Amino acid sequence: MYEQEIFIHSPIHSFHSFTHLLTYSLTGHVPKKQDGAALVMPIIAVENLTKKFGNITAVDGISFEVEKGTIFGFLGPNGAGKTTTINILCTLLSPTSGKASIDGYDCMKESSEVRREIGIVFQDNTLDKELTAYENLLFHSYLYNVPKNERRGRINDALNFVGLYERKDDTVKKFSGGMKRRLEVARSIIHQPKVLFLDEPTLGLDPQSRANLWEFISELPKRHDVTIFMTTHYMEEAEICNKIAIIDKGKLIAQGSPDELKKMVGGDVIYLKTKDNSIAIDEIKKNLNLDAEEKNGEIFISVSKGDACIPKLINTLADMVLSVRLQRPTLNDVFLKLTGKAIRPEAVSGGDELKEAIRSYRRKFERG
Amino acid sequence: MKYDLNAVYVIVAREFIKFVRERGRLVSTLARPLLWLFLVGGGMSRMVSPDMGIPYMQFIFPGIIGMTILFSSIFSSISIIWDKEFGFMKEMLAAPVSRFSIVIGKALSGTVVSTLQALIIVLLFPVIGLKLDIIQILLILSISIILSFCLSSLGILIATFYENLESFSVIMNFIIMPMFFLSGAMYPVKLLPHVLSFLTKINPLTYGIDALKYMVFPEKKLLTHDFPLSLDISVIVISSLIFVIIAANVFERRK
Repeated sequence: MYEQEIFIHSPIHSFHSFTHLLTYSLTGHVPKKQDGAALVMPIIAVENLTKKFGNITAVDGISFEVEKGTIFGFLGPNGAGKTTTINILCTLLSPTSGKASIDGYDCMKESSEVRREIGIVFQDNTLDKELTAYENLLFHSYLYNVPKNERRGRINDALNFVGLYERKDDTVKKFSGGMKRRLEVARSIIHQPKVLFLDEPTLGLDPQSRANLWEFISELPKRHDVTIFMTTHYMEEAEICNKIAIIDKGKLIAQGSPDELKKMVGGDVIYLKTKDNSIAIDEIKKNLNLDAEEKNGEIFISVSKGDACIPKLINTLADMVLSVRLQRPTLNDVFLKLTGKAIRPEAVSGGDELKEAIRSYRRKFERG
Repeated sequence: MKYDLNAVYVIVAREFIKFVRERGRLVSTLARPLLWLFLVGGGMSRMVSPDMGIPYMQFIFPGIIGMTILFSSIFSSISIIWDKEFGFMKEMLAAPVSRFSIVIGKALSGTVVSTLQALIIVLLFPVIGLKLDIIQILLILSISIILSFCLSSLGILIATFYENLESFSVIMNFIIMPMFFLSGAMYPVKLLPHVLSFLTKINPLTYGIDALKYMVFPEKKLLTHDFPLSLDISVIVISSLIFVIIAANVFERRK
């Protein structure tokens, strides 16, 4: 996965995002013109948002902005304040202090307007399992006042989009976890929201269902003209985001593009195998002025932009090179560096397990 | 407004679809009133002297209709706790509809479902030797509708205070059963001792059953109605309004 990125991120692009990062980290805002008008009007704007539950501060003075048409990732371990932030943005919770707005509407004062603009896929399943897939979406289209003559078309389109059209008349209780999630994604776009909130969309899914779901999600901004705000603690999933904010214990500890964040943990590492490592190290030090060392029969070189450096290395060493390997830092490294602990994904959260237990109890009870 | 009407409609439609689909639920909710009517009513009628004016089995008939409405209304509204537990409530709460319309939708769902069940029980009248004309049946049905709405709203109000299924037996034993016994369903209100009589008088079901007694027994006898019909209907309507308003306010409150 990381090897592929070498070709996607040209040095020019990286430089641009680097300057962007500088502006960003200094002001905490999208760069503004001299007259004060924003270059891009943010679709989500959050300022100094704080939420306290009694003595516990779940969200602690966070500020960020999300640009239209992008995928914004909200990363952090369990209990970091991700869901609380989503619930405030979705108008389900009132903040203790601070401001939050979506498409210019205030999440506290204009909750009806905000609700019309957003779609939500909650962390826990919110489908009615006794109803069919089609009925679940129909219920939703009534709640969001989808025009009568468009209901059927939009529902069928959404079901086709997630590949569940053939199962539309099955009750949801017959669906697998992955299918339920896909159905929820389908439901959340029925009313054509401007912003889509995905709270841990792949939690508890097997790897194949996860990959499958990401395919749909990453297509959404283009196909449905929607901005995505997602939370996850699967670091590799956050790689598809245009911008990421990392939250820990209620505080934002970093934000930027995945590449920018990875730069924070130092650069890439290039591993080289050559015909003669000691000659190669000398050549590299002499011609490229880079620090190279040998370890376990491999030369390793720490550089800021590994992808751009490889061609130079190969030019310098010519046919001495046997193999080249580039290792780029992962977001997990970023998180580890920022918080001193790794994010560990859990397959199923405690609450879900309890609910599953109750559900199976009820099923047994009803049959017996 | 359009949003809210749509919401009310679709919430009722959902409940109705589920009601039709789960036949087991219909059978089990009808079994309870039938058991009371024929087993308790049948047994007790041997003990209650026939010179009270009406056979005991007929006397409890309005009470059994009231019982059907009580149980099915409260159970229907308590499904809100299920919806909370299994997440579907979030789908409704995150939608751009007012809390008031969700409460009204749920209350009307309960009304539809329990009026239908009450109607099934009412149609058993020939079996216990009662004579009802079509006007009486329509009047019973009208009372059933307002009483169902009242008790469904009460059920919603109860459901707003509970978050999980464990509370179910508490609601059953400490709310529903006492409401049933203290409603004049099984014994006339005026024969009760003072404390019980007071509790009976603050129970909205009492007035619903009293109004049903009016419709079932138009002639005033020893075991028939206790209060004026106007009082019965006012209490049902006013308490419905109070329940709905409080429930909507509790729903509206964001933590």
